[in-house]
Amino acid sequence: MTQLNFISFQSILSYNGSAMVAMKGERCVSIATDKRFGIQAQTVSMDFPKVFEMGPHLYLGLPGLATDIGTVYEKLRFRKNLFELRENRRMSPQIFSAMVSNMLYEKRFGPFFVEPIVAGLDPYTCVPYVCNMDLIGCRNEPEDFVTGGSASAQLFGMCESLWEPNMGPDDLFETTSQALINAFDRDAISGWGAIVHIIEKDKVTTRELKTRMD
Amino acid sequence: MASSERYSFSLTTFSPSGKLVQIEYALAAVAAGAPSVGIKASNGVIIATENKHKSILYDEHSVHKVEMITQHIGMVYSGMGPDYRLLVKQARKIAQQYTLVYNEPIPTAQLVQRVAAVMQEYTQSGGVRPFGVSLLICGWDNNRPYLFQCDPSGAYFAWKATAMGKNFINGKTFLEKRYSEDLELDDAVHTAILTLKESFEGQMTADNIEVGICDVSGFKRLDPSHVKDYLANIP
Repeated sequence: MTQLNFISFQSILSYNGSAMVAMKGERCVSIATDKRFGIQAQTVSMDFPKVFEMGPHLYLGLPGLATDIGTVYEKLRFRKNLFELRENRRMSPQIFSAMVSNMLYEKRFGPFFVEPIVAGLDPYTCVPYVCNMDLIGCRNEPEDFVTGGSASAQLFGMCESLWEPNMGPDDLFETTSQALINAFDRDAISGWGAIVHIIEKDKVTTRELKTRMD
Repeated sequence: MASSERYSFSLTTFSPSGKLVQIEYALAAVAAGAPSVGIKASNGVIIATENKHKSILYDEHSVHKVEMITQHIGMVYSGMGPDYRLLVKQARKIAQQYTLVYNEPIPTAQLVQRVAAVMQEYTQSGGVRPFGVSLLICGWDNNRPYLFQCDPSGAYFAWKATAMGKNFINGKTFLEKRYSEDLELDDAVHTAILTLKESFEGQMTADNIEVGICDVSGFKRLDPSHVKDYLANIP
């Protein structure tokens, strides 16, 4: 007789667990993620990178299946570097997210199991930008915040109640952190510490948060 | 085989003097073609060409030499018409592919680079010949005008003003005398028509020249009535 798993298998997108959020502020953006890597209910590591620096003002978050996170990151890094060499200019977050979306749709019928989040400032005008998309690249570019990962629903609720327009970098950090922590505490398969990046015109602040480990 | 002909058939064999003669022949085909002119102005860029017909029975204004590639890029040629149409088709496809991937109009310099890569491929592939055309590609992006020439060899140049095709040397000399940096679009059209007129045989009318204009609002081919207005100002 087969034994039932503790958490019944749902989606391959929440096989490893993740919680990720990005918010717009006044001339700044934030992107934050949890640090857990697990195999269903079993936690394997607590320092798994899921948010990547793609340029001085451009960050990419990849919630989803851990094996695809590495692959998708490397493929995008390749395409972005090639673009910047070919055109001798910085890639804006808008162009980058269009490229991510296009790459995901190339695999429409055998997709990578990631739901990317792009956050950054325009390299020339410094206008904030956040965007998320589903695993086949359908983009969503809202004016406030985006969420992703197995705790995305909880995050959405937290962001709805905490986010307000025109936050400065300090307010933005507090809001993002509180939203993330309180969201993944209500999700069994994400959490175990968090990383928050605050992206401003001339500096990026990266802070690690200690959170409850149960 | 006479020694002068020894290198003339292979596309990819250098002659002892370091030339690829097939490519030189392609350039000769261009130099024998109808003249075309391009001039960059302070607020835009224009391209113009002769479109002369051999018989009065031809229906003018149904086959064009000045073609739009995207909203903000246009193209004209000197040389062989059929080869040109293939390149126009390729250029439009390249531009749309770029927009599909990056959700942004292709920068003129990028389009030129990619069209030039197509032309280069036809100098080194089997079973093909080089294109018998040189292109003038004009565009507006980054808030400024661009004017490029693309040769059959795959070489490309950025010009302030240039002439190609029959009598191109005279055309360039004329432009060197007439060109100035702060030329405006209307003056540039005027100068371009004058340049074409230098070598024009017969009466120049709105039906046997074509003009394309590109500025902040995008690329358009002037309709004959508009060209007529410009011709009216020419002595």
